[in-house]
Amino acid sequence: MTGNKRDYLNTMIFQPKIRLMLAVKVGSFISGLSRKMQMGEGAVVGGRIALKIEPDLLSLLSESKTSILVSGTNGKTTTTKLLSAALSSAGSVVSNSAGANMPAGLVAALWSAKAKDFAVLEVDEAHLGIVAPSVKPKVVVLLNLTRDQLDRVSEVRMLAKKWKDVLASIPKTVVVANSDDPIVVWAVKSSPKVLWAQVGHSWISDANGCPNCGGKINYSESEWHCSNCDLKKPSPQGYLDGNYFHLQDGTSYEINLSLPGRVNQSNAAMAAMAASIFGLDYKSCFESMQSLKQVAGRYDEVEIDGVRVRLLLAKNPAGWAEIFSFLSSDNIPVVIGINAQIADGKDPSWLWDVEFEKFADRFVVATGSRAYDLGVRLSYAEVPHEVEQDFVAAIKRANSSRVDFIGNYTAFQQLRSLAKKAYK
Amino acid sequence: MNESKIYIADIHPDLLGTYGDGGNAVVLAQRLKWRGMQAEIVKVNSQSPIPSSCDFYCLGGGEDAPQAQSAYELRKSGALNKAVESGAVVLGDGAGFQILGDSFAVGGTDLQPGVGILDVTSVKGLGPRSVGEVMAVGQEPAKGIYLSGYENHSGITLLGASVSALASVIHGNGNNPTDNTEGAVNGRVIGTYLHGPVLVRNPQLADLLLSWVVEDLAPLDDSEIEILRSQRFSSFNHNNKSNLRSIFDSIGQKLNL
Ligand SMILES: [Zn+2]
Repeated sequence: MTGNKRDYLNTMIFQPKIRLMLAVKVGSFISGLSRKMQMGEGAVVGGRIALKIEPDLLSLLSESKTSILVSGTNGKTTTTKLLSAALSSAGSVVSNSAGANMPAGLVAALWSAKAKDFAVLEVDEAHLGIVAPSVKPKVVVLLNLTRDQLDRVSEVRMLAKKWKDVLASIPKTVVVANSDDPIVVWAVKSSPKVLWAQVGHSWISDANGCPNCGGKINYSESEWHCSNCDLKKPSPQGYLDGNYFHLQDGTSYEINLSLPGRVNQSNAAMAAMAASIFGLDYKSCFESMQSLKQVAGRYDEVEIDGVRVRLLLAKNPAGWAEIFSFLSSDNIPVVIGINAQIADGKDPSWLWDVEFEKFADRFVVATGSRAYDLGVRLSYAEVPHEVEQDFVAAIKRANSSRVDFIGNYTAFQQLRSLAKKAYK
Repeated sequence: MNESKIYIADIHPDLLGTYGDGGNAVVLAQRLKWRGMQAEIVKVNSQSPIPSSCDFYCLGGGEDAPQAQSAYELRKSGALNKAVESGAVVLGDGAGFQILGDSFAVGGTDLQPGVGILDVTSVKGLGPRSVGEVMAVGQEPAKGIYLSGYENHSGITLLGASVSALASVIHGNGNNPTDNTEGAVNGRVIGTYLHGPVLVRNPQLADLLLSWVVEDLAPLDDSEIEILRSQRFSSFNHNNKSNLRSIFDSIGQKLNL
């Protein structure tokens, strides 16, 4: 009798359908529990446990969906949101929350979907190699590849090689890629189906050495090529010029977003190109994107202790290059939060690749657990500043009714959660 | 070049400089300017002529292919060797350190020749990459200077007979996992695995290098840097595991979730 019972249980657990159901039930229960205990959004821990029960969960859950993956160093979250907005006119869309962009976060996003048409998923650039073969996406959007988190993802080119290998294993997938980023082009160019978008690249320091041969890449106004091998800018199917995205067929579309900055127009252009693969027209895509006013708190204005704070995220030199391009010229004080937790990378030496000299006319308050790394950087850049490691005290120290807060990943999240508390 | 002006060459910032290493040249220049001296950073990109008459040369860290390219150009030019003969100060870190040596290996196992101004050889390590905060105590000529930095390298470096170690490692790995040495010195040529960048975190080392070229270095207010240094040094005593979340995470890790 007991033997029969064990056999029965064994059969039950090794039934794929039951294991899938068990994985989802247990995972979502843990996620809910973790959320109730206020340990963050909970998706990741539940997803991890579910993946232990059913290692194939990612591919099982994505079978019934039309999946689009968005990856790159900068702009993943925004592009995912813009693409979701565009696609929502064609069907229902499920997407992962910002930051939960590794397999555990992705399964948690997929199990909450009920017969959704589209799964638009932001994927960590170092995890694309694991995620893409499981999900078998219809489309992959590749934005850029620059250095980020030096202590973890040590070599940009190593990552590009991984992208190249994984794209070769999913030849049916259409790739939408940035033709202005030599590292992306090298990783993508041998894929059979590529749509190239010329949307600019504000950070070429990582791409001076050719990813193919190590030679020098020469840049001119409209093209780039390696001085040593045949790697060069491919001719794009669409290009961004000012507020307009021009297509090869001669049509042009105005991009008029609520989100600030040239970088978001680039993200929008790439998102629209991905949406066009599903038959959507560019005009209505860009119109749907207008409704997006903030992205997981970015560009949002909040109040902290009576101060109006605009929240901005910049987690690496490329992100900072974009920030400088749209910061207001009215010289309001800037509070910069720098942490060095695992999610930020434990090595903030990249601060020396940011042109803080541009803040010479502004008052800056350095905050976060690595405020002194930033403080020393600002001293050498001769930027007037103070150092205050406590976030709220730092905002008060700016002594202004309005400030721009620019944080790296966990510093941004920390300030955002403070703002939520202040509102309640 | 102008006799009273100090020239600091930032060598191949387009190939090397992965870890914010351009900061080393900035630190040298600013510490001269703040003392009323004239200084200029000369950025020398790859495929440009390399000057041999600068007072300081800084080479940063980089990835394999750019490192090989930089070493090739430096060897071909010979300018760095010439500059060293006429008394220039050279600082290489990470890949830049390896380039200054006799030979190094990138990618596969084949050794490539370096510039040959430091008697060291670097090979790919077989163990895990050395990544993390480092604390080390300087040896002659940096005797007694406590060095702070961050290392991130898979290569290991072995010192030859005609160089001495820059420092002894207290925390971290340094040149290799076995002999406790960090960096190398021969005359006015220094190599190290520390970045942060290294001269930012270690103003005493910056001033030591400067003192080889200029006299009468007045003291500067380094109080902000001293706070940074003490925080970095005390980070070795902290294990930030007090909050609920990290307990939750560490249980997850133990269960291998
Ligand atoms: Zn090439």
